[in-house]
Amino acid sequence: MMKPRRLNLLLLPGLLLLLALPAQGAMDQLRERLYADYGLDLTGFVETRAGLRTQNDDYADDLTLAEARLQLHLSKDLGWGIFKAKGDLLADGVVDRVSGRLRDLNLLFFPAHNIDMKIGRQVLTWGTGDLLFINDFFAKDWQAFFIGRDDEYLKAPSNALKSSIFFELINIDLVYIPVFEGSAHISGERLSYWNGVLGRTAGNDFIFDLEERNSAGQDSEYAVRLSRHISSMEVALYGYNGFWQTPEGMVVPAMQLRYPRLQIYGASLRNPIWGGIGNIETGYYHSSQADHGRDPLTRNSEYRLLLGFEREIGHNFTAAGQAYLEWLMDYEEYKETLSPGTPAKDEYRQVVTLRLTKLLMNQNLILSLFTYYSPTDKDGYIRPKVQYKLTDQWLLEGGGNIFFGADNHTFFGQFQDNTNVYGGVRWSF
Amino acid sequence: MRPKNLFPLLLLSALLAGPALAAPDLDDIISQANNVAYYSGDDGRADVAMTILDNQSRTRERLFTILRKDIEEGGDQLYFVYFKRPSDVRKTTFLVHKYMDRDDDRWMYLPSLDLVKRIAASDQRTSFMGSHFFHEDLSGRHLDADHHALLEENDTFYVIKNIPKEPADVEFASYTVWIDKKNFLPMKAEYLDKSGALYRTMEVLEVATIAGYPTVLKSRISDLEAGGSTVTRFSNVKYNLGLDDNLFSERYLRRPPREARQ
Repeated sequence: MMKPRRLNLLLLPGLLLLLALPAQGAMDQLRERLYADYGLDLTGFVETRAGLRTQNDDYADDLTLAEARLQLHLSKDLGWGIFKAKGDLLADGVVDRVSGRLRDLNLLFFPAHNIDMKIGRQVLTWGTGDLLFINDFFAKDWQAFFIGRDDEYLKAPSNALKSSIFFELINIDLVYIPVFEGSAHISGERLSYWNGVLGRTAGNDFIFDLEERNSAGQDSEYAVRLSRHISSMEVALYGYNGFWQTPEGMVVPAMQLRYPRLQIYGASLRNPIWGGIGNIETGYYHSSQADHGRDPLTRNSEYRLLLGFEREIGHNFTAAGQAYLEWLMDYEEYKETLSPGTPAKDEYRQVVTLRLTKLLMNQNLILSLFTYYSPTDKDGYIRPKVQYKLTDQWLLEGGGNIFFGADNHTFFGQFQDNTNVYGGVRWSF
Repeated sequence: MRPKNLFPLLLLSALLAGPALAAPDLDDIISQANNVAYYSGDDGRADVAMTILDNQSRTRERLFTILRKDIEEGGDQLYFVYFKRPSDVRKTTFLVHKYMDRDDDRWMYLPSLDLVKRIAASDQRTSFMGSHFFHEDLSGRHLDADHHALLEENDTFYVIKNIPKEPADVEFASYTVWIDKKNFLPMKAEYLDKSGALYRTMEVLEVATIAGYPTVLKSRISDLEAGGSTVTRFSNVKYNLGLDDNLFSERYLRRPPREARQ
């Protein structure tokens, strides 16, 4: 076990700040002045969160989360466009670091009556899946998700140019990301994971190097969506040309992880049905560097399919379910080239999810449960969460990230020792 | 009874009812009240401030701007809501396509996730943003969802009792509405639960005529059972802005139109 770290002391001022902040009046004044003098709109929050593993992990700390965070969100309506800047200042006691991170720094403007253009750092989302993503291949931060940060942080920002063109028949969204950044993957820094090279679970005792993927022009990503409404039905086609968002390849002998090239062709449909909302989404993942399954160090091409349904099943009570399939292409080649002793993946990986959300006490108490279960991997992940809005400013939150599995090498199973509970308090202004 | 046998009965009731027959027909009163309450002009906008008082006397504020466009008078409508307060929902947008013949389509845009979420909620009688107003109170209840009866007509009001056709779908057994005879605005409503007890009231507290349309500026819904109430104030109300249908689409969910941001 590691000694308590120096930075944990930083949480104390964070907490004090939280207690001192109910100077709501002063904050309102500042906000009004910023708006009156500069036309700047300011919002934000201060929060502190802590989380603990509920069991020992040989390769990681007991603490999964110990942080104080300030988020500021500034925006300005320029008349011809909208400027937005949003960033976080984070004192992170687990990795002993204070860091700033911009989530938004962009300009939205309208070069023609039917074109919206957003340039700069931004969060991008499309597709119909609920915490399962097929055509939304924009950056994610799974680590933030697994340790109990706010859902907002699952979506990582990208430096991008997004243009949306609206026609009578169809809308076209084009996204250009000049330099690939990738998703924050589970590197072992704070969560332990299955290390295929070592053939065991590893943590911060073994963090792979990454092959660089950062040359402008060569390492760019392109994404396109064509969409339209047909009455209440939403139909969309998607294309993506870029890279696996997580390092799904390896370069030997350098022993570096690589983000292999990837193209995706997909489609989705969303429509009211049976008193709720149904959706279908599909995508073909063409992993062009996998050499039709003959390269054992690169993830093969895949076909993915998702079916979802959500409806209200009681007063302020909603249930949603999804069935998801990952069909590994060139499975024979994959098995032939698999190095001896490496556990083989299933040809058809299946995952089902269930989301339950219940609102109580004038919707100020939110109970939610999201569950992933894979019958083929025999593993799963349960996310219970309780949020209570004490006032319009104060939010209390508690939850868990529970991983289970029959094996240590499956997607959720590898995180078993990371099962954690967390709590937090946030003051919004 | 065959139709022609009805005639003497009708004649008798006409004689007994006397001058009351000169009053508008019940269906006319109801549809006119519905039009005055929810369909003024071809479109409209308002800044809305809700003050929610819970049963422990704590208050919460909701500020938002609402845009509306009628596809058909008394029929389908489009609604756009742009939230301003509290700050955790600031810049969140909400879009409703209201239909007469099927469930409404509802979308919500969460800017921090850049996510356009389709809302499955089919229950119109759930709280709007944690207030005592239901979605239905803001966009209107379908007229054919209830049986209507004129309980009373006095100098000021038509008093109409409404009984749901599908009692299992709603929390009330009946509700009674007081409709102002001058301008057809519903000024008061009382909801009775299945045991016949009064548990919910709506009162209009302030009215003004804007661009020729009688307009509610302040109203209150009280929960007599659990305690608590919400007062809603409407300001900067405007009608016939010439709002384009396109404003009520995914494009503007992601980037609210100037009409909502103002």
